[in-house]
Amino acid sequence: MGNATRVSFGQALVELGREHKNVVVLDADLSKSTKSESFGKEFPERFFQMGIQEANMIGVAAGMAFAGKIPFLCSFGAFLTGRFDTIRVTVGYAQANVRLVGTHAGVGIGDDGCSQMALEDLACLRTLPQFAVLQPADDVETKHMMKYLVKHQGPAYIRLTRQNVIDVNKSDYKFEFGKGVKLKDGKDAAIFATGALTGNALEAAKKLEAEGFSIAVVNIHTIKPIDRDIINEYSKKVPVIFSAEDHNVIGGLGGAIAETMAEVAGKSRLVRIGVQDVYGESGLPEDLYKKHGLDIEGITKTVKSALR
Amino acid sequence: MQMTVKDLKQQALQSRKLILEMLTEAKSGHPGGSLSAIDIITALFFNEMKVDPKNSMWTDRDRFILSKGHGVPALYATLAYRGYYDPKETLTLRQLGSPFQGHPDRVRMPVLEASTGSLGQGVSVAQGIAMAFRLDNKSSRVYCLMGDGEVQEGQAWECFMSAGNYKLSNLCVFLDINKYQIDGSTKDVMDIEPLKQKIESFKWNVLEINGHNMDEILGALKKAREEKNKPTMILAHTIKGKGVSFMENVNKWHGVAPNKEELQKALQELKIVDQ
Ligand SMILES: Cc1ncc(C[n+]2csc(CCOP(=O)(O)OP(=O)(O)O)c2C)c(N)n1
Repeated sequence: MGNATRVSFGQALVELGREHKNVVVLDADLSKSTKSESFGKEFPERFFQMGIQEANMIGVAAGMAFAGKIPFLCSFGAFLTGRFDTIRVTVGYAQANVRLVGTHAGVGIGDDGCSQMALEDLACLRTLPQFAVLQPADDVETKHMMKYLVKHQGPAYIRLTRQNVIDVNKSDYKFEFGKGVKLKDGKDAAIFATGALTGNALEAAKKLEAEGFSIAVVNIHTIKPIDRDIINEYSKKVPVIFSAEDHNVIGGLGGAIAETMAEVAGKSRLVRIGVQDVYGESGLPEDLYKKHGLDIEGITKTVKSALR
Repeated sequence: MQMTVKDLKQQALQSRKLILEMLTEAKSGHPGGSLSAIDIITALFFNEMKVDPKNSMWTDRDRFILSKGHGVPALYATLAYRGYYDPKETLTLRQLGSPFQGHPDRVRMPVLEASTGSLGQGVSVAQGIAMAFRLDNKSSRVYCLMGDGEVQEGQAWECFMSAGNYKLSNLCVFLDINKYQIDGSTKDVMDIEPLKQKIESFKWNVLEINGHNMDEILGALKKAREEKNKPTMILAHTIKGKGVSFMENVNKWHGVAPNKEELQKALQELKIVDQ
């Protein structure tokens, strides 16, 4: 197991702070959880503790961006996307150069339960024009994505895990905004995975390989703009495409792929692995991953039964 | 139900123990803010509120909404001893499939009245119920408990403004002022004082008490009932982690459960809280 992506984010943020004097960080009483705390320790003058007031924090970050700063504002993804209208008008519509950092993605957070789980955040933010929506799969990718984000023009959302994830990328990895990453090729099916599910999908594909199935795995770190080319490519090549995400199957990666596939004259059908349009609940992360078929066994089973 | 002050104190002690037991069993959750709120919640359910555990959805019942949802172990313990379910059931806290969710879920457990856990929202629901009661000429009352960090949310002040404006005298909100939130003391994170003046200026009846003193809690509740023109805010000064020496005012206990040894230590030293 590698780092939780929120941990990688916290480390990357300090590095960026050293290099870029314009980077400022805001948090709403969750800096220990979002891991923005270490930035606050090293750069207290550029760290703003806003208290428990997410809507105000989003507006303030937009103001700072308009005045030339590069704000990273942090909270649980659920609480940030809860302030959708503020994000839509103040950040999206006004094209504020703000980076919203939403941690505690999906049912993977476990026992705190539904109210703390970001399960619809990708869907919400993906509907906002010119809004970049990103989710790294592992430590290396998070760090490269963060370097990119400092230079990105326009609003962006980055979604991070509470729990540790399997490392899938090598150290010579290069981040390309908007481009899917082929982790493994295959002929029988392709799994398009994002975030914590990427490692699980790759492990599932390896297991299936041993059983005679040839499964491609593509890591989608940029959910918006979605990489249409790679979806087109596989929808002409394999009979079944799977989307895999710790998010509602509606509107997130599964939604983005469905929209794209519907417009391509491909031959594949789509099976969406994710949270099947239900609210989250309390439970151990492992138990919840099992229940929703998001663990390695669950993915393996879903792929096999769809190919049978 | 009208328990004596002596029995209320005994009851709060029993609930404190159950809170810690369920958190230890769950291996996660929020002891600090549960222990600061338990005396108030005990006074409400065992003395002040008209409720009927045998007929829990009785339409004329008084309502209680825990706006700071992470303190829900205090409410689960209270409801158990009040007769809504077996105290043992609460030990399934946070387990997959349990109605005892990490934060209140009114679909799995209707007596919780609202689903909270995103701070700042529950108090608006309490306001809405109070407005509906008035529309129906009901004498039932609505109680709510918030955290002092929680009132940093803008929505809290929208509610304070509007409940004051609507003169909702059937609404009574406790503010559990335990002086801490997650990232530190409330004063350091985002100072909310002076609360009394602020909330009074929003046209509320504001009372100030020691939130661990049963006589003061009951006295304030009586005054709130007598107020006919304004909603009442009871500023309850409390201690985060109250009752367990190693948790009191030690904010690491905001969201960490005690392990088995820590639980034993806590159970041994817990006694009736008097101040
Ligand atoms: C909207 C929202 N933002 C952030 C959180 C995360 N959170 C949970 S508890 C807490 C601190 C609450 O402090 P306070 O209201 O003082 O509660 P207490 O100290 O009594 O536990 C925070 C920030 C949340 N639950 N909801």
